[in-house]
Amino acid sequence: MVENVGSSPSSGEREHLEHLLKQVAAKRDRECFAALFDYFAPRIKSFMMRKGVSAELAEDLVQETMVAVWTKAALYSAEKGTVSTWIFTIARNRRIDRARRESSAHFTDIDDFDAASDDPASDERLNRAQEDGYVARALAQIPAEQREILILSYVEDVPQSEIAARLKMPLGTVKSRMRLAYKRLKKLLEKVN
Amino acid sequence: MTINHHLDDATILAYAAGTLDPAISIVVASHIAWCPECRAEVRRAERLGGELVDGLDGELVSENCRERTFASLGTAALHRLPVKTAHPGREELPYPLQRLLGPRGLEALNWKKKVPGISIADIPVSGGKSVLKVMSLAPGIAMPVHGHRGEEITMILKGAYSDEMGRFARGDVADLDEDVEHKPVVEQGETCICLIAEEAPARFKSIFARLLQPYFGI
Repeated sequence: MVENVGSSPSSGEREHLEHLLKQVAAKRDRECFAALFDYFAPRIKSFMMRKGVSAELAEDLVQETMVAVWTKAALYSAEKGTVSTWIFTIARNRRIDRARRESSAHFTDIDDFDAASDDPASDERLNRAQEDGYVARALAQIPAEQREILILSYVEDVPQSEIAARLKMPLGTVKSRMRLAYKRLKKLLEKVN
Repeated sequence: MTINHHLDDATILAYAAGTLDPAISIVVASHIAWCPECRAEVRRAERLGGELVDGLDGELVSENCRERTFASLGTAALHRLPVKTAHPGREELPYPLQRLLGPRGLEALNWKKKVPGISIADIPVSGGKSVLKVMSLAPGIAMPVHGHRGEEITMILKGAYSDEMGRFARGDVADLDEDVEHKPVVEQGETCICLIAEEAPARFKSIFARLLQPYFGI
């Protein structure tokens, strides 16, 4: 289990990552891209390997994800979340596309139809909370059993029905723990704002 | 369009984590294309993912991977801004479904009349345990009471029905627990079209069979 949720970047580091990505978008700056690569590539590789993917395939997915970061850099906007969140969604979509390569159903990128008018005030609030490391701290505060389910789901890609089988509990219990974890996190974050 | 029935938090989290079956993902994506509230929830849930990735201990990346990545930057085409629909929610079908079906939309499908007033068309989706289908229900038709064995999620594309849980109209989703039983009645005046993803049903438990049961006594 990942227990080191506290090791997220400080707000200064987050700003730095955002600055790097903006330089990539504006100037195709390869040095800034290299710095992003050095920060994210090992994390993406680890993220992929925890899903049971081989080291070799994990590196292919690192390459695909980082090339997409390069080509899509101009699409990033801070209102949508931190750079880490944005890169997480790209990595997730690459992994799903890879798994569904023969499938007609590509994962739908929320950016494809996200309207700019989506409640920017609340978005900004959440984003600020994330930048200041509150999300990481809130994650550390929820009960371990709830955090475990979130990690199985997000990091290890285990479907809810399989989490239920693994933990030998009914699907309904897994779902209600998910809901509880999510509610708890939202509440912790609201308190901050 | 006012949306009154939203996605369950557990579904939002699973969608953001990327663990839903393809068929279920398409229904979720179709709903969030029209529902700003659930879209914002997905964004929130994705932030958790970003945070969890930040917290991971890195895995050493080979020099070869680094070199390959940098070598392909020169030839990678830059991504253009996506085309946004001018009036989200006013188009006939939500964008993710439209993209899957192509320009002919629902007409491209092989519709089968099951019983008077009920037609069903399968939408082929590979991967996962769930199947995707659309169902067209004549105005005023009452469906037999049925439960939802396994995961099932329904989005209303057109028209409306009412059941024990309330009125479900265009854009709404019924993201129900397995143990819920209901008896939907389609409103008068308009055909109701629903997009449904369900876990591949065991024999005689499919939505067909469940609907046909009272008619044919299987």
